[in-house]
Amino acid sequence: MTVGEVAERLGLEKLTGNEGLERQVKGGYASDLLSDVIAHGEAGDVWVTLQTHRNIIAVATLKELAAVVLVNGRTPDADTLEAARRERLPLLGTALPAFELAGRLYQTGIRGTR
Amino acid sequence: MLPMFKADLHIHTCLSPCADLSMGPRAIVEQAVRSRLDMIGVCDHNSSENAGAVIEAARGRKLRVLPGMEVTSKEEVHVLGLFNELEPALEWQAFIYQHLPGENDPEVFGWQPVVNAEHEVLAFNARLLAGATELSVEQIVDGIRHLDGLAIAAHVDREAFGLLGQLGFVPEGLRVDALEVSAHATPEQVKRRYPGCAGMGFVRSSDAHALEEIGKGATFFALREPATAEIRKALCGQEGRRAVIGEADADVARGAGCEMR
Repeated sequence: MTVGEVAERLGLEKLTGNEGLERQVKGGYASDLLSDVIAHGEAGDVWVTLQTHRNIIAVATLKELAAVVLVNGRTPDADTLEAARRERLPLLGTALPAFELAGRLYQTGIRGTR
Repeated sequence: MLPMFKADLHIHTCLSPCADLSMGPRAIVEQAVRSRLDMIGVCDHNSSENAGAVIEAARGRKLRVLPGMEVTSKEEVHVLGLFNELEPALEWQAFIYQHLPGENDPEVFGWQPVVNAEHEVLAFNARLLAGATELSVEQIVDGIRHLDGLAIAAHVDREAFGLLGQLGFVPEGLRVDALEVSAHATPEQVKRRYPGCAGMGFVRSSDAHALEEIGKGATFFALREPATAEIRKALCGQEGRRAVIGEADADVARGAGCEMR
C-alpha cells in the first residue's frame, strides 16, 4: 500500500501536499522519543507521533521511513514543514489520538512487527 | 593560575513537587558548604520562586548561588536557565508563567511551598510546575540567552526529559552553552552514543531532589570569579577558563564548537 492510499483510506491531512505519496508503506511504528525511533524504526515504516519538532524530519529521513503522521490535531512547526518539503518526506496529520490512529492503521493491514 | 570553583549547578528546593520537603534554603546552603561546593544553581521545575531565599540564606557564607530554573519544553525536554542575578531570573519566570498551563494537585504531584530563607512557608504555588510549557526548546534556549543567562540541556544521559532522548540529537543551530550529565554519567559515554555531541561543552550536576544528593555530581571551573559569563568562557575554553568534570584536572570538558554557537 502506498502512503497516498493510506492517507485516502484514513482521511489523513496531507500537510506536504502530494510529495512522496507514491512511497510504499511496509510497517508502522509509534513513539514520541526520537532516540527510540532511531533505535527501533525500520525503513518503510509510517511513524505515528505527537512530536512536531523539525528533528522528526531528520530522524525519518535517516531511517528512510515512508511517512510521518502527527496526531491529536498537532500542527508542524514552520521549520519542520520546510524541512519535510526539502527532504520530500510526506508529512500527514490527523485529529485522532495516537492509539486510535494506530488501530485504524492496523485495520488496513499495516503491522508493527515484521 | 585561576582559582578552581566546585559547582553543582542543578539543585531543586522544596518548591519542586517531586523534591523532598526538607530542601529548605538554609539546609541546602549548609549541605553545599559541607560538600565543599563554591557555587550552586537553584533550578526548580518551571519556577524560580525559592531562588531568592537561597541567595538570602547564603549571605555571609562562602557560597555563590546562581538563581535559575529547569524549564520543560513542549517536546518534554528539560533545559536549565542560570542567571547571575535574581532580577533576570524573575523576568524569565514571568515569561514562563505566561506559557505554563494547568493547576497543581498536591495529592498527585506533591506540595509546592514557597519559603523564606528560614524555611517558613509563605505560600503554596498553585501552578502545574510538573507540567510542560507551550514553548519549543529553541524558544526556551533563545529566551534564556536573550536575558544573558546560561542555557544547559539537563541530564542528556537520561532518556526521559533529556534533549537527546526526546529529540534524538542536538537540533542544528541550538545555542545551548552545555549539555549536562547526571552524577554517575560521563561526557564520554554520551559522545559514544551520540557522536554529534563531540564538540559540545559539558557539565555534571547532581539534580538533587534530597539534601544528601547535593554535590554528588559536580563540575570544577577555573574562573576569575563565579559568574555566568565566566562559566560560558570556561565551557568554550577561552582565556584560560576551563570546565573539568570529575576530580580536578581530569578530562577537560571543553567544547570546540563554541564560535559557531
